[in-house]
Amino acid sequence: MTSPAEKPLPDVALEKVPLHRALGLTDAEFAAVVAILGREPNHLELALYAVMWSEHCSYKSSRLHLKRLPTEGPSVLVGPGENAGVIDAGDGIAIAIRIESHNHPSAIEPYQGAATGVGGILRDIFTMGARPLAIMDPLFFGTPDDARQRWLVEGVVSGISGYGNSVGVPTVGGELTFDPCYAQNPLVNVLCMGALPTERLVLGIASGPGNLAVLLGNSTGRDGIGGVSVLASAGFAGDDGMGIGAGADDTKRPSVQVGDPFEEKRLIEACLELLDTKLVVGIQDLGGAGLACATSETAGRGGVGMDVELDAIPRREEGMEPWEVMTSESQERMLAIVTPESWPAVAAICAKWEVRAAVIGKVTAPGKRGGRLRIRHGSEGEVLADVPAASLSDDAPLYDRPRRAPEVVASVPVDPPKDCAGDLLSLLRSARWVFRQYDHQLFLNTVVGPGGDAALLRLAGPGLPPSERGVAVTTDSNPRSCALNPRMGTVLTLAEGVANLACVGATAVAVVNCLNFGNPEHAEVMWQLSECIDGLAEGCRALSLPVIGGNVSFYNESAGVDIDPTPVLGLLGLVEAVHAPPPGLAWSEGETVVLLGARASLAGGFPLDGTRWATECRTHRSGTLPPIDLGAHATVCAFVAGLVSAAVSGDGVPPFLGAVHDVSSGGLAVALAEMAAAAGVGCAVALDDAAELFTELPSRFVVTTTRPDELCTRAEDLGIPASVVGRAGGDRFCLGDLVDLPLDALCEAHEGNLAKMLGES
Amino acid sequence: MAARIGVVVFPGTNCEYDVVGALEAAGGGGELLWHGDHHLSGVDAVVLPGGFAHGDYLRPGALARFSPIMESVVEFARAGGPVVGICNGFQVLTEAGLLPGALQKNGRLRFLCQAARLTVTSRASVLTAQATVGDELVIPINHFSGNYTCDADTLRQLNDDDRIVLRYVENPNGSLDDIAGIANAAGNVVGLMPHPERASNALLGSEDGLVLLGSLVGAVASVAAA
Repeated sequence: MTSPAEKPLPDVALEKVPLHRALGLTDAEFAAVVAILGREPNHLELALYAVMWSEHCSYKSSRLHLKRLPTEGPSVLVGPGENAGVIDAGDGIAIAIRIESHNHPSAIEPYQGAATGVGGILRDIFTMGARPLAIMDPLFFGTPDDARQRWLVEGVVSGISGYGNSVGVPTVGGELTFDPCYAQNPLVNVLCMGALPTERLVLGIASGPGNLAVLLGNSTGRDGIGGVSVLASAGFAGDDGMGIGAGADDTKRPSVQVGDPFEEKRLIEACLELLDTKLVVGIQDLGGAGLACATSETAGRGGVGMDVELDAIPRREEGMEPWEVMTSESQERMLAIVTPESWPAVAAICAKWEVRAAVIGKVTAPGKRGGRLRIRHGSEGEVLADVPAASLSDDAPLYDRPRRAPEVVASVPVDPPKDCAGDLLSLLRSARWVFRQYDHQLFLNTVVGPGGDAALLRLAGPGLPPSERGVAVTTDSNPRSCALNPRMGTVLTLAEGVANLACVGATAVAVVNCLNFGNPEHAEVMWQLSECIDGLAEGCRALSLPVIGGNVSFYNESAGVDIDPTPVLGLLGLVEAVHAPPPGLAWSEGETVVLLGARASLAGGFPLDGTRWATECRTHRSGTLPPIDLGAHATVCAFVAGLVSAAVSGDGVPPFLGAVHDVSSGGLAVALAEMAAAAGVGCAVALDDAAELFTELPSRFVVTTTRPDELCTRAEDLGIPASVVGRAGGDRFCLGDLVDLPLDALCEAHEGNLAKMLGES
Repeated sequence: MAARIGVVVFPGTNCEYDVVGALEAAGGGGELLWHGDHHLSGVDAVVLPGGFAHGDYLRPGALARFSPIMESVVEFARAGGPVVGICNGFQVLTEAGLLPGALQKNGRLRFLCQAARLTVTSRASVLTAQATVGDELVIPINHFSGNYTCDADTLRQLNDDDRIVLRYVENPNGSLDDIAGIANAAGNVVGLMPHPERASNALLGSEDGLVLLGSLVGAVASVAAA
C-alpha cells in the first residue's frame, strides 16, 4: 500500500507541468506505471493509466473502507464490482440495480450532465442482460433563490426528462433537497432498476482468444475526454465568486459528454435482442474512461488479452489522436465479445435496429504474465501501446488517506417553535413540479409512483416470465443528520429507507449506495466517509441487508469548501403479490389517526437537533442525533409491511388500514399535512408540545383505521407503542391549539411552494 | 377469433408492449408490426403507439411518415380500415396527412405526465363508438407536444362534422378548443394525445381507457362480421 503523494500542482501554466501531472497522475503514481511497464510509458499509455487510475474509476481513496460493507445474502446473485448488483426475485426473475452520480458534469452543463447520467446508468443495467424498468433521481441543489440555482434545477430536471422519457424508461421517484452547501456543487444521483429472466444473466467478461471485440452504437468523438479525471476527480475552483459557468471552471465544459437518447433506445433493443439470441460471449458498456476502461476491464476479468485496431474505431471527427480515441467518453456505446461465426448474425440484428457495429479488435491468449492490451494501427500494424490489461484496473493505487474527526461544533440549544403553523407551511413542498415532467408510467407497472413513500411496481416487463410479485424501490438521504454525525446519520438514513418500503408493503432485500463527499485529501472528509461506511455496515448487519453495489463521488468541493457528507441509499424491496394498490397517504373522513412508535424520546422529550425544522426554520446546525434501536425498528417496519402487504395482496381481508405514512423529514406535523393534502380531508389531532410537531424521532408511522382498538392491541402485542392521536375529517387542519389552518391553505402551500421557490407561478 | 390489431413499432417507439397488453385486456389481440415492412400482415386494424419514433428528430412524426410501412397504413386507412394514433401516433397521423392540423409544443414548454380529465364529445369514431357523449374519463397524458392547432376553417369543419371526439375538462397544454382527440370524416382514423392503454387496469389508477380500446376491438369485430 502506498501513501498518497503530493497533490498535483495547481495554477501552473500547463506547458511547464509534466504530462502525467497534467493528466491527473501524481509523481508516485507515475513511478508505479514505470515499474509495471519496466520503461517510461508513451503518451497513449500514460493517458490510459491516467483515466483508469483516476479517483472516479479506481476508487483509490475509498476501496479500503468499502471492504467493510456486508455484501452477501441468500438472494444475491451478483454483488459489488460488476456493472450492477443482481438479486434473485423468485419466479425465474432476477433484478439488477445500480446507483451512480453525475455531479460534476451537471454543475458545468446541467442538461447534458443529467441526461448522460441517465444514459450511463441504463447501460450498466442492460449490460447485465436486464431490461431497464425504472429510474429514480435524488437531486440536491443550493437554495433556489437566485438565477444560477434555478438554471441548475431547470437544466437538470429537463435533462432527466428529455433523456429518460425519450429513451423509454419511466422515472418513478427520487428526492429533492435544497441546502446552501450544494450551491456550487449540485448532486445529481441516478438509480436504475431492471429485470431479466434469471438464466439470461451475463457478465462483462472477454473470453476465447480469437473472438472479436465489436463496438456497438455511437461513433467516437472528442466529447467527454478526461471526464473521469479532469472533471470528476477534482474540485471546482469557484474562485471568482461568480460560480461555475462564469470563470475558470468553464474550461471544463468540453469534458462533459453529450447524450442522444434515440441512439440509446436502439442500442437497448439491439443489445437485448443479441442477448436473447445468445449471440454474445460477453458485453460491457462504455462509460467513464471509454474504450480504455471497456477493453481493459473485459480482458482483465477474463484473464485474457486484447488487440485493438485503432483505425477500425468509427469516429465522428477527423484528426483525433490515439489517446483521444481511447479515452473519449462519447455516449451510447457498448463493447460486445462475439465469436467469428456469430458475427454475421450480430451485424444483421444491429442493422435492423440501425445500430452501428464495427469489429475493432480481437481477444488474444494470455502470456505467462497475463493478457496484454495492445493498441495498434491495423491488425498487424505498428503497436502504439502495450500494457498488461489487468494492471489498468487491478494495479491501481490504494490509499489509506489520513482521517481526522472535525472539531465538534458547540451544541447550541434551540428554542422551541413559536409560529407552528407558519413553520409548517414553509416546510411543505410537493415535488410534483419536477415529477410531472417525467414519464413515470411506461410499461404499465407503476402502482405507486413519485410522491409516495416508495415506488411500487409490478414485477413485469417484456420478455419476463409471469409473476404476481411487486418490486419496491426508494432512495433516501439525510445530509443534515450526517453533518452532525455521519455514522448515526447513515444508520438513520438506512432505517428510513426500510420504513419507506414498509409503507408500500415491501420487505427490504438489498441496498445500493451513492456516497457523495468532499475532497478526500481533506482528513475530515475521509473521516466522514469512514464513519458513514461503518454506520452503513452496522445498520445493514443489524437488518440483515446486503450492499450489492455502489458509487463514490469525491471532490464535491468548491474553493476548498466541502459539501455535507451525503450518502444516498437506494433500497430494493419485494412484495409477494400485488393485486390492489397499497393504502397510500390519503386518509378518509372519520378514520382514527394512530401513531405507531414512541411518542417521545427515552429521556422524555422531543429532540429537535438535526431536524429539517431546526435547519430550515432556525438555521440551527448543531447538537446530537436521537438514538435508534434497530431491533425495535425492524419490528415496527415488519408490522407495517405485513398489514400493507395483506391489503396489497387483496386476499379478501377487509380493509383495515385507511392510510399509511412514515414520519421522517419535517416530523409528525409534515407527515400529517402531507396525508391531509393527499386526501383533501382535514384532521383534528391532539398535540400540545410544539416540539413534538417537528421532532424526527425514528421508527414511527402514522396510520389511520376504522378499528383502532384492534390495531393498537396487535401492535402492543408485539411491543410496539401505539397511541390514538386524533381523527381525520373536516376542512380544517388542526393540531391541538398549535395549528389551525384551512385545508385550502395547506394544499396550496404543499402544491405551490416549489414552483414559487423556482420563480414559477 | 379475436380481432387482430397491428401495433406499429418504429425505432424509438416505446408504448408498443403496453398497447398490446391493454388491447388484450379489452378483448382484442395485438401484434407488433415493424416500420420497415411494406405490408400489414393482414391485420384488421392498426394502432400507431406512443413514443419517440425516429427520436422525434426534425419534429415529432416528421420522419416516421416516411417509414416504409406508412404507405400501407395510408392505403388501409383510405380503404376504411380502422387506424388509431396515440400520442406520438397522433403526431404521425397529422404528418402523414391522415388527420388535419398539427401538435405544437405544450403552452408552458414543459413535458407533462399526469392524469387528464376528458369528456367524450362524439361517438362518431372507431375509438368512441361504445362511449357515451358527455361521459367523463380519467386518462393519463404524457407528452411535450400535445398542443393541437389548426386553421379556423378546419376547426369549423371538425366541429360541424362532429369529429372532435375527446376534449380536456381542464386544458393542460393550450390545445385549441380543448381538443384531446379528433377523427377523420369517415370516423375510421382517430388521433388522441391521452394514453388509453395507461388507463386499462384499476391497480394502476384507472380503467377508463378500456371503453375506448373496447370500441376499437368492437369496430374490428363488426367489420369482420359484415
